[in-house]
Amino acid sequence: MDIFGSFALILALLAAVYAFAAGLAGILTRRTLLTRSAANAGMAVFVLISLAVASLEYFFFTDNFSMAYVAAHSNRALPAFYKFAALWAGQEGSLLFWSWLLSIYVFSALFVNRNKHPELMPYAGVVMAGVQIFFLVLNNFVASPFNVLASPDAAGTLRLASLGDGHGLNPLLQYPEMVIHPPMLYLGYTGFTIPFAFALAALLGRYPGEKWIHITRRWTMIAWCFQSIGILLGAHWAYAVLGWGGYWAWDPVENASLLPWITGTAFLHSVMMQEKRGMLKVWNVWLVFTTFMLCIMGTLLTRSGIVSSVHAFAQSSIGNWFVAFLGLTFIVCFWAYWMNRDYLRSDNQLDSLVSRESSFLFNNLVLLAACFAVLWGTLFPVLSEAVSGNKISVGPPFFNKVNIPIALFLLLLTGVGPLLAWRKTSLDALKRNFAWPLAGGVASGVIAAIFGFREIYSLICLILSVFVTLTIFSEFYRGARVIAARDGTNLLSAVGDLTMRNTRRYGGYVIHFAMVLIFIGIAGSAFNKDIQKEMGVGDTIAIGPYTILCQNFDHTANNNFESERATLEVFRNGRSVMMLYPERRFFLASQVTETMVAVQTKPLHDLYVVYAGRSPETGKPVIHAYLNPLVKWIWFGGVVLVLGTLLAMIPNRRAALVLRPATASSWGEPAADARAIGAIARASDAHD
Amino acid sequence: MNARVKFLVGSGIIIITLACLAYVGFTQSKTYYHTISELSSLQGGALHQRMRVSGNVRTGTIEHVSGRVNFVLEEQGKALTVSYIGRDPLPDTFKDGAQALVEGRLTPDGQFVAEQVQAKCASKYEANPSQAPAAGRPGQTSSSTGAPAAGDRS
Repeated sequence: MDIFGSFALILALLAAVYAFAAGLAGILTRRTLLTRSAANAGMAVFVLISLAVASLEYFFFTDNFSMAYVAAHSNRALPAFYKFAALWAGQEGSLLFWSWLLSIYVFSALFVNRNKHPELMPYAGVVMAGVQIFFLVLNNFVASPFNVLASPDAAGTLRLASLGDGHGLNPLLQYPEMVIHPPMLYLGYTGFTIPFAFALAALLGRYPGEKWIHITRRWTMIAWCFQSIGILLGAHWAYAVLGWGGYWAWDPVENASLLPWITGTAFLHSVMMQEKRGMLKVWNVWLVFTTFMLCIMGTLLTRSGIVSSVHAFAQSSIGNWFVAFLGLTFIVCFWAYWMNRDYLRSDNQLDSLVSRESSFLFNNLVLLAACFAVLWGTLFPVLSEAVSGNKISVGPPFFNKVNIPIALFLLLLTGVGPLLAWRKTSLDALKRNFAWPLAGGVASGVIAAIFGFREIYSLICLILSVFVTLTIFSEFYRGARVIAARDGTNLLSAVGDLTMRNTRRYGGYVIHFAMVLIFIGIAGSAFNKDIQKEMGVGDTIAIGPYTILCQNFDHTANNNFESERATLEVFRNGRSVMMLYPERRFFLASQVTETMVAVQTKPLHDLYVVYAGRSPETGKPVIHAYLNPLVKWIWFGGVVLVLGTLLAMIPNRRAALVLRPATASSWGEPAADARAIGAIARASDAHD
Repeated sequence: MNARVKFLVGSGIIIITLACLAYVGFTQSKTYYHTISELSSLQGGALHQRMRVSGNVRTGTIEHVSGRVNFVLEEQGKALTVSYIGRDPLPDTFKDGAQALVEGRLTPDGQFVAEQVQAKCASKYEANPSQAPAAGRPGQTSSSTGAPAAGDRS
């Protein structure tokens, strides 16, 4: 069976090479048959990698410990659920999983567009196949998941060996969320390959018009959505499993996942400048290129340990491959840009500082500044060692100092930008749009300050959150009122109607609202409290409104782990409200101890209790209790964010389809509706 | 002044502000990484910097005294006496022979006062060098001692 898997991988590589070569030949000779067959080969790669993945999963489920990868990441007692997830528990499997997800995207992109864009698809197919070749070379020759365990016998020839039981899955990964978090994040990372392929294809083929921008934007939204989910699930996993009371620590790997998200966000905004005003073409192309390169960089940081090598922990040589691929990608991108730079000439100039254009420019400026700061801080140990010979790392204060003001400025733009008109906004329009939301925001700030709410950044965040929320709701309200008055429907169904007419715009507002919720949740961390205490039976800890009473300590064991558990009763106002069971588990197969956090989550705060270990002096158990305000808002914001993105991806409902000529531009164009529905167009054509 | 110039001026102000903030944050949080043998050659200001040092815990040197834990780290034959004064319990992986990473400052008498200790079981590391979890938090098998250290995990 190991032969089967590695054979499928070799064939996948051959298919990808064929897709690349035949695609290139098809472009050069202009033969449709060649491009067709290249696209078919691209789709076949997906089938072949799927077979390899199925083969590896088969080894996990049959406990085949002669396979090096299975022996290293599984054991007999591991629950089936985690045996499945063990596929991506280590380097080789992660890279295979990566290739597989990429092949799913490539398959979808090729399949969906199989009869469309004959001038664009051959180029895109070649670029996608190029990326696949790189990962398949790694899968086949550098980090093969199908290596078998073998040891030399007396004569020096290698004999297959098999272990009685595996080393087991890393206990930190034995958590339900770890089964979904990596796939989501990887779907984000790999997904950015598709917009990259289309952007590079459009540039190489000098594809006329802005159609490629629509295609690219859609695929970017899909990848962006998965990346957002992946980042938030990762934060939630860190919060719920690592047991240090927080969800974000500016760890290099977290930063790596944030970087393409930031540039992807910048692209999703600046792309509108190109669609509506023909500006920022060079910038947009480079944003897509950069996002893809940051994804590769993210994999490099995650897999190679170049940054963590400061700590002399996990390392591998695979980094060189990624550095080489990154360099090659940059050269290709730069060459494509340089040869076709006249194709990207801008149609318009900036007219006014108070305009939609300039709000997008500022949005992009600060997003890129954030990206640069995070990248710089993450790579600083490597850079400083190369320049001065000293390895210097920077900690959270650096990242927070730069990124909190940027985040607040972005929050401000979230409220202001969508309400500014293209080209130039009049003072009158400014007053009409912003007077009430601004008054609401400032009023809430004043009230909060009177009640002793003095943390300056959190206070600004509160004011801006109220301001942005009010602008978003007023947008829905004003649009819906026009429809309700015209159709005589009630306001609520008018909101639905309004949203479906321009899903992109109103979906965008929902995503903005989700960001407000997330910001509120993050601002809550300024008011975190924690207390740590040695506790015997009968001792208590007081934190916030709660009193925690230690009732008991006990031991349990099963064939996966041994556990030491505290039984804590929580009182509020003298009444018993809940029981919490923080735990420490010693995993037998991997010989590692992990904490199991007990969290009681409420809309206003989380009570988060960790069994931190035993005191080195007295041997008594140490309990660490945290009271974290508003954390739940972050996760709730994540759910709203996903719903908003899905909404933005639904095609618009066109009430006036028949009235438009067939050649008019496609979905997402409010101007197209405008001809048919004047009243609504007046309310909306200045926007979107 | 046309819009383009105004935009550039605005951008300039934003960039300069952010650069200043970045500089302040950098000076507050920068931590040097040194090997034990480098420590003896440090001079002047470099002696008072916040730093990280890694090594193996010398067998039999861990002693619990009131309010602190003393041990000796060694690397390539050089030794460093460390005094851990943090309030968090030490990680379970912190044992004789374990690989440890300490963060803190040097005292004038050449001792190291650590506020954080991370440790990794040496045998486990050798048995399974490639094991990094899917989320890719390298060095995950190390247990860190508390909140600030979690960021330093990898």
